[in-house]
Amino acid sequence: MLFTSYEFLGFLAALFLLYYVLPKRCQWILLLAGSYGFYFAARPAFLLYILATTVTTWFAACRIGDNLTRQRAYLKEHTAELDREAKKAYKKGEEGIRRRWMAVCLLVNLGILAVVKYTNFAISNVNGLLSLFGGEELPLANLILPLGISFYTFQAVGYLIDVYRGTVPAERNLPRFALFISFFPQLIQGPISRYGDLSRTLYKPHDFDGRQVCFGLQRMLWGYFKKLVVADRVLAAVVTIVGEPDVYQGAYILAGMVFYTLQLYADFTGGIDMTIGIAQVLGITVQENFIRPYFSKSLKEYWRRWHVSMSSWFRDYLFYPVSTSKVMQKVTRLAKARLGEKAGRRLPVYLSMFVVWFATGVWHGASWNFIVWGLANWVVLMVSEELEPLYAKFHQRYAVRGKRWYRLFQVGRLFLLVCILNLFDCYPSLSLTFGAFASIFTAGNWQVLWDGSLLALGLSALDYGILAAGVALMLLVSLSQRSGSVREKIAKRPYALRFALWYGLFLIVLLMGIYGVGYDASQFIYNQF
Amino acid sequence: MEELLNILREMHPDVDFENEEHLIDNGILDSMDIVSLITEIGEGFDVTITAADIIPANFNSAKALYALIQRLEDEA
Repeated sequence: MLFTSYEFLGFLAALFLLYYVLPKRCQWILLLAGSYGFYFAARPAFLLYILATTVTTWFAACRIGDNLTRQRAYLKEHTAELDREAKKAYKKGEEGIRRRWMAVCLLVNLGILAVVKYTNFAISNVNGLLSLFGGEELPLANLILPLGISFYTFQAVGYLIDVYRGTVPAERNLPRFALFISFFPQLIQGPISRYGDLSRTLYKPHDFDGRQVCFGLQRMLWGYFKKLVVADRVLAAVVTIVGEPDVYQGAYILAGMVFYTLQLYADFTGGIDMTIGIAQVLGITVQENFIRPYFSKSLKEYWRRWHVSMSSWFRDYLFYPVSTSKVMQKVTRLAKARLGEKAGRRLPVYLSMFVVWFATGVWHGASWNFIVWGLANWVVLMVSEELEPLYAKFHQRYAVRGKRWYRLFQVGRLFLLVCILNLFDCYPSLSLTFGAFASIFTAGNWQVLWDGSLLALGLSALDYGILAAGVALMLLVSLSQRSGSVREKIAKRPYALRFALWYGLFLIVLLMGIYGVGYDASQFIYNQF
Repeated sequence: MEELLNILREMHPDVDFENEEHLIDNGILDSMDIVSLITEIGEGFDVTITAADIIPANFNSAKALYALIQRLEDEA
C-alpha cells in the first residue's frame, strides 16, 4: 500500500476518523492495529520478521532494565558496607550481564538483516571468485526482503543501546513497544526515530486540535506535491538516461545526475513530509529528517542536514563507540608516537569514519556501488579535513567568507559534488558508473543540452516548465523556512489568500501529478533500503 | 578547569569557552572535535569518557564537561 495509492488515502481517512471518535485511551491501540494492518497488506509474511525483532528487542531491553534497577537498589542498600573497590567490582560484573544481553540481541537482529539483505550479495561475490578458478556457480537464495527492515531494525537497535546506556527506561508493555517499532507512517522509509523522542507523544491521549490537524494535512499535501508533481515527473528522464548507458553519454550524464538528484530530493523529502504530516494529524511529533540540505556549503555540513536521523544514528551508535573504544585509544597513542601529535590525533577519527561510511554504504544496499559510494563520501570528507588549514590560509588572505557570491559558489560546488556522488546510485555496476562519469569529459556532445535532444527523454517542454516551477517553489519555501514555519506564516494571512494557496496547491497536485488511468505511482526510492 | 579550557582553546582559539553554553547546539564542536577532545581529556585527566557519556548536556559548555570529568574521577 503505497502512500500515493487510493487504498492508502482510504485507509488514512478511516484511521483519522476512528482515532478521534474512539475513547482517547484506545488511540495508541488503534495505531498499533493500523500499523500491523498496513504491514500485513504489504505481505503477510513480513509480519514474522517485524515480530521477531520486536519481541527479541523488547525482551532483552527488559532484562537490561531489570538489571539496572537491581544494581541501583543493591548499591543503595549496601552503600555503607561496600568500599569503592567492591562497588566497582560489583558494577563491572552487572555491566557484563547487561552487555551480554545486548550482544545477543544485536546478533539476532543484525543477523536477520544480514541474512535477508546480504546473502545474495555474498553469493554473487563468491560466484565471482569461483568463476576465476572455473568453479561451478552457487545458486542464489530465494529470500524476500521485508519492507522497511533496515529502518525498523536500526530503530530497535538504537532503542536497545539507549536502554543499555541508561538514557531511556525499558518499555515494559510489549504492545506499546510494538507500536514504537511498527508506527506505520515511518515504517518504510524512516525517519529512524529515537524512543526518547517519539515516545513523548506516541502513547499520549490526543484531543482533536483543528490547527494541528490542518497543519498536518498541509504538510502531507506539500509532500504529495514533491513526490507526484516533481519526483515522479523527472523520473521518466532518469529512467531513459540510465536505462540505455550505451546511447546516453556525455552531457546526457550531466543532465541525468542533476535530474536524479532532483528526483531523490523531491521523492525522499516528499515522503518524509507525508510521514511527519500524517503523524501531526494524529498529534504525534516525528523528528525532522532534513534541514534544507542543499543550502550546505560543504559535504560535512550536508551530512548534518540530509537524512539527519540516519547520520545521527551512525554517529551515536557506531562512530562514537568505535572512535572512543580502547582499541582506538591504543591506535591514537601509537599514531602520536610514530606520526606526531597532529596526525596522531586525526588518524583514529579517519579510521572510525571509514567504518561508519563503509557501514552507511552497506546499509543503503547490497551492492559494490553503494559501498564505493560510502567510501567516496569518506574520501571527500577526509580530504576536506586535511585541506582545512589551506582553506583557513585562503580565507585569511582573501576576505571572501560571508560574501553572498562566495556562499553561492560554495552551495553550487556542494550540489555538483552530491550530483557526482549520486551517480553511484543510478547504475547497477561500478564499471557503468565510472564509464558514464568519464564520458562527461570525453563525449563532447554538449550541444544536446540546448538543441532539443532533452525533449526526447520522455519529458515535454511543458514537463520541463512544470519542473522548473516546482524547483522554484521548493527553493522559495526553503528560503522562507529559514525564518520560521512556512505554514504558520501562511496561517497569519487573510482567509481568501490562504484558501487560494492551499486549494491551488491541491489542484496542482490533482492536475499535474503523474498518475491517471492505468498509471501506478512509482515506489519511493528509500523504500528499497 | 584551566587545563580543560586550554585544551578547548587549542582546538578553537576564537571561541569564548568560559561563557559559551551551546557548544553542541550551535555546532561549534562537531563529532571530530568531540573525539579529539575525549582523547585529550583521557590523557590530561586520566578518566575514560565512553560513547554513553557523549550527550549534548555533557558537552554544551566547558562547565558541563568539567562536571562530567569530576563525576568520572569520583567514580574511578
